[in-house]
Amino acid sequence: MIDIAIEKKLKVYHGRQILKIDRQFANGSITKIYGPSGAGKTTFLKIIAGLISPEKGRIAVNNTTWLDTNININLSPQKRKTGFVFQDYALFPNMTVAEHLAYATDDKDWIKRLLILGKLDTLTNHKPAHLSGGQQQRLAILRALAIKPKMLLMDEPFSALDPDMKAELTIGLKVVFRELSATVLIVSHNPAELDGLVDGELYISDLSL
Amino acid sequence: MDLSPIWLTLKLAAITTLLLLIVGLPVAWWLSKGRSFFKTIIEAIITMPLVLPPSVLGFYLLLAFSPQHGLGKWLQNTFDIQFVFSFQGLVLASFIYSMPFMVGPIKSALQQLPASLAQASYTLGKTKWQTFKNILIPNIKPSLLTAVVLTFAHTLGEFGVVLMIGGNIPRVTRVASIAVYDSVERMDYASANAYSLILFCITFIMVISVFVFNKYQAKSPLE
Repeated sequence: MIDIAIEKKLKVYHGRQILKIDRQFANGSITKIYGPSGAGKTTFLKIIAGLISPEKGRIAVNNTTWLDTNININLSPQKRKTGFVFQDYALFPNMTVAEHLAYATDDKDWIKRLLILGKLDTLTNHKPAHLSGGQQQRLAILRALAIKPKMLLMDEPFSALDPDMKAELTIGLKVVFRELSATVLIVSHNPAELDGLVDGELYISDLSL
Repeated sequence: MDLSPIWLTLKLAAITTLLLLIVGLPVAWWLSKGRSFFKTIIEAIITMPLVLPPSVLGFYLLLAFSPQHGLGKWLQNTFDIQFVFSFQGLVLASFIYSMPFMVGPIKSALQQLPASLAQASYTLGKTKWQTFKNILIPNIKPSLLTAVVLTFAHTLGEFGVVLMIGGNIPRVTRVASIAVYDSVERMDYASANAYSLILFCITFIMVISVFVFNKYQAKSPLE
């Protein structure tokens, strides 16, 4: 069980608003996160990963406290080791496809499997600049999976994929998620995109202060 | 012709560049992350030599390290180190004087990298040092090269600060730029021309090579 209750003030162009979430996620659940732009969906994922600190709150993952502002506990992103798919992919321009995955894990069989899953097995020597948008996005997903995360946070992970590729990848990912028994949060703008993949939803609204 | 000023200049530039690379990288990294009043002050101090007359910097260094009093006296008595009219004094002055040329381009380059690059590395469990070494540094290589070459070339061209703290001692502090001045004063125009031409060529080749290595994308230090 992942138990999250956080509060974070956000600065937006028309003033300030507050991101307030209180929610539990079952282990192995796959949840879609949606809501208006600027409501704090990305911030929410980054708070869970430990990349942003909220003013107030607590995050407990299976009885391990990741964050508790009352007793000054705030585990580093390195200790939380969430798989994170960034909206801008955040690929390393100096590394090839193979090097991205080797940077994340030593497990060669796992890397091989991921490359096939993301259909990048023929492009292992390419750097991000020589990949298409869809290939870059798939690499970002594979890199996040490479560390076999128990918690996977995906920020618009399918936005650059064509429908066929998306459908095929989703089937493969579902199997991998189950195998890893990963708890997955996926931010998505496309209403039907995650049908058949997710088993829950979280709506983040913009609460003005 | 006495070539020792040229060798002394190259030695000074090489040592200064190496020291600044070791110190400048972490300083630039620190400055590139976030803002605070303290950081702004430090950055201003590092940037000052860009606009301060070199003789002013040299004058204060001369005062600070004069073996007659204060810090200079203490260094002399405790460690037997003298910064005034010595080669190590030139290294110290060059270090301060050329620091903005090392720190500036590296800091700008680090700031221009998307924050998500380092964040992605952290979520993979990598430490700050691993991230710096494997992700940040390799992705700012062109700027790093620019910084190294500019620092080296800038140190070659020092005059005022070097004259103030080092004077004009043959084989100890008489660097090429001072040798040019000294030759002109003695009306030895042939030597002045030789020193000048050598400096001109070295500097030109260095700047050209930055442009070539960076495939014409080299950045001005002031950008």
